[in-house]
Amino acid sequence: MQTTTTPLLRLAGVVKRYPTVTALGGVRLEVAEGEIHAVLGENGAGKSTLMKTIYGVVQPDAGAIEWRGAPVSIADPVAARGLGIAMVFQHFALFESLTVAENIALALPGRFGASLGLSELAARIVEVSRRYGLPVNPWRSVHELSVGERQRAEIVRCLLQSPRLLIMDEPTSVLTPQAVEQLFDTLRALAREGTAILYVSHKLDEIRRLCDRATILRGGHNAGEVDPRAESEAHLAELMIGRSFPRTLRRAHARGAPGLQVSELSLPPDGPFGVALHSVSLSVHRGEVLGIAGISGNGQAEFLAAVSGERRVSPNEICLGETPVGHLDAGARRGLGLAYVPEERLGRGAVPDMSLAENSLLTASRKGMVRAGLVDWSAAEAYAARCIREFDVRAGGPRAVARSLSGGNLQKFIVGREIAEQPGVMVLAQPTWGVDVAATALIRQRILDLAAAGVAVLVVSEDLGEILEVCDRVAVMAGGRLSTVREVGETHAAEIGAWMAGGFLR
Amino acid sequence: MLWSSPLIAVALTFALGAAVFAAMGQPPLAALHALFVSPLTDMNGVAELLLKASPLCLIALGLAVGFRSNIWNIGAEGQMYIGAVFATGLAIHFQARWGGWMLPAMILAGIAGGLAWAAIVAALRAHLHASEILVSLMLTYVAALIVKYLVFGPWQDPAANNFPFTVSFEDNALFSPLMNYVAALEGTRLNTSLLLTLAAIPLTWVFMKLSFTGFQLRVAGDAPAAARYAGHSEKRAIWIALLISGAAAGLAGVTEVAGPIGQLNDRWTPGYGFTAIIVAALGRLHPVGIAVAALLMALLYIGGETAQVALQLPRAISYVFQGLLLMALLACEVLVHFRVQWTATTRSSQAA
Repeated sequence: MQTTTTPLLRLAGVVKRYPTVTALGGVRLEVAEGEIHAVLGENGAGKSTLMKTIYGVVQPDAGAIEWRGAPVSIADPVAARGLGIAMVFQHFALFESLTVAENIALALPGRFGASLGLSELAARIVEVSRRYGLPVNPWRSVHELSVGERQRAEIVRCLLQSPRLLIMDEPTSVLTPQAVEQLFDTLRALAREGTAILYVSHKLDEIRRLCDRATILRGGHNAGEVDPRAESEAHLAELMIGRSFPRTLRRAHARGAPGLQVSELSLPPDGPFGVALHSVSLSVHRGEVLGIAGISGNGQAEFLAAVSGERRVSPNEICLGETPVGHLDAGARRGLGLAYVPEERLGRGAVPDMSLAENSLLTASRKGMVRAGLVDWSAAEAYAARCIREFDVRAGGPRAVARSLSGGNLQKFIVGREIAEQPGVMVLAQPTWGVDVAATALIRQRILDLAAAGVAVLVVSEDLGEILEVCDRVAVMAGGRLSTVREVGETHAAEIGAWMAGGFLR
Repeated sequence: MLWSSPLIAVALTFALGAAVFAAMGQPPLAALHALFVSPLTDMNGVAELLLKASPLCLIALGLAVGFRSNIWNIGAEGQMYIGAVFATGLAIHFQARWGGWMLPAMILAGIAGGLAWAAIVAALRAHLHASEILVSLMLTYVAALIVKYLVFGPWQDPAANNFPFTVSFEDNALFSPLMNYVAALEGTRLNTSLLLTLAAIPLTWVFMKLSFTGFQLRVAGDAPAAARYAGHSEKRAIWIALLISGAAAGLAGVTEVAGPIGQLNDRWTPGYGFTAIIVAALGRLHPVGIAVAALLMALLYIGGETAQVALQLPRAISYVFQGLLLMALLACEVLVHFRVQWTATTRSSQAA
């Protein structure tokens, strides 16, 4: 694997301080040509800052960067791309109002943007997306795309640049098992051609299958450099979080009466690129977790809008218990015991510029926070403080602004806020997407606890591992249709993966 | 930084204004002094300032409620006209008979007029998805023509030699002068309507900060998707935002016709409804900020008159300053949020 003694990229003693926190406290990293190198760590360990340093988004306060043995300073992403470094971001850097092709043209100055027409570029996009199994329609506007589709567009954008070093920040969280295998084949092929790959993830099994070396970060420092293929998952996890790995605990719970029933729900698409729903039916019982697996953009957004009440349908298509609620708005359904954790955290699940107390009031106003039309702010702050305490939210307190929280901490707060409403039915969309290991374990444990307490829980997730870990029964959504519902014990990842690709439709 | 941008904008306006004066051959400092300092040297000047600031503040408070929820009512001017028309209708037909109930009835009628005019906008926006910006603006011209029709036609004072105004209101249809209660205000035109504005400032703050409806409006403005997610009604937010701003504008119309004007005519407002938009923006949509901004804009109006007399400058100088201020404010907003990057320089530094 090591073709040269000089590494492609070498970082030594890299320090980055922010006003309140030291993100990197002297980190070293070496990546050789043709190597698939994992960077492991929890959120806040400094992975993202380190990657941004390499990509020129962040300027280090101290430390040296060498590219092919020569010291360089990477002033901005344009300079990074000039060296041959490409990056797939965890939080996507796409322009909402432009199409996929236009976005990609913007990232490829000169070569495509000017000399090559958009339709030629689109053809290239389709070709690359076919080759790497990343279906993307180049003519769709980004704002119409689901989270998963946006990530695919990002990956394709990077591959089009034929990079020397490809940085991938948790690229597989939205792919089917088959597509993950296909991506891994692609990455291995790229590595054989000499491309180095920096693979940022906390999925230990993937890293052990894919990567040649792993640099482990903890609290902004190197916590070890190992050959992941030779280590156990438990040992890697311990290196990563500094203590033994939390395991979710499944308590026995009995399946009760239906809590949420969806009957023959059909919807026309809500936009030119929306997905129509075709007679979707399911019944979530009290005391069970039902999972809907599937790749984003297959009707999940439309289905969730109908279930949550953001989009109204005819009364009998959605029932809470035995009460028809299809015609009610989201607020009225909350009054009947529905709670919902949406996929988008900032801007939907929480108002970015409002405090956590104000964001408690957003959905939990019925919990004694409003008297005679006036807000009892002390009650709202107490509610927020309780969510912060019980869900271990790292925040400056109830008055901290939602925007100031990291993704994982904001998600813990939102899940906590919805659970504290003591709902009868809980719907969660992508509950742990982009959330670190410890927070993921906490959220999944609370999902299981909810079911054990007799709540009907519906989880919509692209993460098949998550579905298999927390759900009692599972169905797959593809092309706006829902598969039959299976007991998790009676199915396996390969079957669900085939269904996610639309296999049950034929 | 966000809070300092209005201050920077004001400073920038003064600097640009000084340049304008210099270009017109006036000594800049003396001109600025005439415009902004000399009007405030006696009690009468201060009273005139408050008299002009009061309707501006009232309208801007209402507009700010809408702006916070992303409802852009540009037609407060028209809502103010209709408020004045409703109040005038009562005054000229019933003032002989209604005695002490006249003024309270006119206040309510003025509010109702503003509400009615804004309700047209709300209905079109909430139920037909028409742009409230265009509809409210166009309705302003309709309202202005209604006023013209009335004062040239059915409501014209028969003794007015064909001039376009109504009869002057009797005392029971006017806000009583404050100098009746405060000796220091002897000779000024300030009246009790100022108290309505002073009450509206804390009321608006309470509404936006402490009421649940105010919270819902803020959510609708900050993150519409979050409002839908939480189940707040979008239509209700549109109606409330427009009705509040319409009511405030209608009330401001009453305080003018039943205040310093004392009748309805076809040119009684120096564009309070439009200036209030700048006031709301300059005050960063905060009630206290709006009160301060209203004083500043009122000073521009009065200073314009003083400059006309003292320096023989055209009265339009106050509109020039309004425009400069709005432009500076918008520029500061943009520059606080975004950084200018000169792409040519970036490229060349790249090549180096």
